[in-house]
Amino acid sequence: MAVEAVNNAGAAHTISVLVADKPGVLVRVATVFARRGFNIDSLAVSPAHQKGLSRMTVVTHGKEEGVTQIVKQLDKLIDVVHVYDYAEMDVVSREMAIVKVRTPSDKRSAVMEVANIFRAKSVDIGKGSVVFEITGSSSKLDAFESMMDEFGIIEMMRTGKLILRRGETPT
Amino acid sequence: MIGADLVIRALEKEGVEYIFGYPGGANLPLFDSLVGSKLKLVLVRHEQGAVHMADGYARASGKPGVVLVTSGPGATNTVTGLLTANMDSSPVIVLCGQTLTVNLGKDAFQEADVFNITIPVVKHSYLVSNPNDIPRVMREAFHICRTGRPGPVLVDLPKDVTSKAFESVPDDTMDIPGYHVPEGVDRKGVEKLAALLKTSRRPLLYVGQGAIISGAHREVLALAEKLHAPVTTTLLGKGAFPETHPLAVGMLGMHGTAYANYSVVNCDLIFSIGARWDDRITGKLSEFCLDAVKLHIDIDPAEIGKLIRPNASVVGDAKLVLKELLPMVSKLKTEEWLSTIEGWKKQYPLKYDQPLDGELTMQYVLDRLYHLTKGQAIVSTDVGQHQMWAAQFYLTSKPRQWLSSGGAGTMGFGFPAAIGAQLARPGELVVAVVGDGGYQMTFCELSTAALLKLPLKILVLNNRYLGMVRQWQELFFEDTLSGVDLEGNPDFVKHAESYGIRGLKLEKAADVDAVLKEALAYNKGPIVIEALTERHANVFPMIPAGAAVRDMIVEPTRRKMAKPEGST
Repeated sequence: MAVEAVNNAGAAHTISVLVADKPGVLVRVATVFARRGFNIDSLAVSPAHQKGLSRMTVVTHGKEEGVTQIVKQLDKLIDVVHVYDYAEMDVVSREMAIVKVRTPSDKRSAVMEVANIFRAKSVDIGKGSVVFEITGSSSKLDAFESMMDEFGIIEMMRTGKLILRRGETPT
Repeated sequence: MIGADLVIRALEKEGVEYIFGYPGGANLPLFDSLVGSKLKLVLVRHEQGAVHMADGYARASGKPGVVLVTSGPGATNTVTGLLTANMDSSPVIVLCGQTLTVNLGKDAFQEADVFNITIPVVKHSYLVSNPNDIPRVMREAFHICRTGRPGPVLVDLPKDVTSKAFESVPDDTMDIPGYHVPEGVDRKGVEKLAALLKTSRRPLLYVGQGAIISGAHREVLALAEKLHAPVTTTLLGKGAFPETHPLAVGMLGMHGTAYANYSVVNCDLIFSIGARWDDRITGKLSEFCLDAVKLHIDIDPAEIGKLIRPNASVVGDAKLVLKELLPMVSKLKTEEWLSTIEGWKKQYPLKYDQPLDGELTMQYVLDRLYHLTKGQAIVSTDVGQHQMWAAQFYLTSKPRQWLSSGGAGTMGFGFPAAIGAQLARPGELVVAVVGDGGYQMTFCELSTAALLKLPLKILVLNNRYLGMVRQWQELFFEDTLSGVDLEGNPDFVKHAESYGIRGLKLEKAADVDAVLKEALAYNKGPIVIEALTERHANVFPMIPAGAAVRDMIVEPTRRKMAKPEGST
């Protein structure tokens, strides 16, 4: 997003934020990241199962101390009910993408072959292009993107990472 | 009954006495509902003044101060006041009129997206779009602004919302599942504090405004006396511990006493009680108290480890935590440490030179003010040199006696905050100590003070300079003065008189006592004392911005210094 990243160094962090579904909550959350110079790499928001609450998954990257402070500042927001910076192993994580790939007739079967390996579904086929739907881990989507780039990606859209904590305990 | 009545009713229910306000098109229903209510309207002359008044009221009383302004420019004029209150954890509620909900986002007349403009400077905010939400929002606003770490809450009220007719009062049940005030005390954490304290031979209690907000002054005193530990207070912590106490070392930080800062450099343990390791305190963070054990009590978890990683910390209300801690601690072997500090006090006292026939110094005026008021006045300062000298020479002994814009450093705060303080504590002596720069930013409120006939003393220390900026230009920018000469100042006595306010001019050191006594005895309304002071004095001691505490300059110097790095 349009935030100057000054905390580029450091690992990726996946922060799950359960928020009250109130006006302005997205701005408040984004402001915390922006003010400390953190880039939001991806952001997914949807209603949570509980009435009146929404769940956000924010992927950012930065140094441990900086992210810890951001989590505390998020927790301080009145509309934030719960926030946690999850390690990859503790969560199931999925992302979806739709990718429009250039497919001249001589390349089509090669493209379809790659798509099959990734278990991507073709959801629209035109004369010179195919739109694929693919779901999986973010790294699988990265790999798919880089493979399809060989043929030529016209455009794509990713949902951003979604996570839920493993096991019975709520995220 | 309309929406506006619900707002006013909620304020009455909260026991609000005063509302600091300014009318306009969008808040007409609210001003109409005020008539006949229990609330007393304080009509200000500028909305910034209204927020500072509410803030001064809040700091002096501990109760929320309430502001009512109109939409657009009325609302945006509160931003500086909100920042000031937010930085200093002051419970202020700002109610803004707003254009009709159907016009929002359409550039309607006097429309400003004040909800989004103010997000970074409030504890919380509301744009009320459903009239039924009014009672709930008002209740939540008060609850949020005064609990936990207090702070300002803004409520934006569209005119159709405040005009909506009601037959009965909607439910006011709070719905803030994400808001938790730390409750109880983490006993394990307190035990860790006690254990680390036990081995200290050179402890230092570092007390901030959190102790005042929590009402922990008695516990701080008990702890210091039980441990035999010296106490330093921050600019906003003044009043949390009597500065006349033998264990007091006064204010620390950029312009703190030399002995407080030497104590910081040499202590083996520093214990923050409601203080947040601000850059004006720590100087260069990477060199701050490297070898000392650091303890921290704060009600705001986001302050723990933000700048300094403590060896032990407890999140909670300072008073409750100290009550738990007190029985766990006993006297420390601090005799040698206290005598070292005593030596610093003798060797590096705060001092100034006031020749009796020479030009008047601000320090002398403030020193005399302190003695003539026996240190009992409620002092509200503005920002700059006079503020630092007031902090150095006006020793405090009680909580909520010292009001000053610390975090934001807002010029224009002192005088209106003093109006709020005087309203909060009508029987007491309130003195606004202001410089000629900041005073002019909000001195239109003289009308407000005059109308209310407040027996407020306004001491204008006039050196015809923006003295603190001039000081930095002299020290760090090779004496190149730029934009700091306030030529064109009015005659502040005549200015006051034009409002029907009495004014006294003070020019000679020999007259200081007589003039101050006259002002202190005057009770018919506000009085302005304009002290024309010498122009070139600089505030010392000084830790240059971004430098380590040990780089403190104790005595006035003309030596050229490196420009600040790593700090403003």
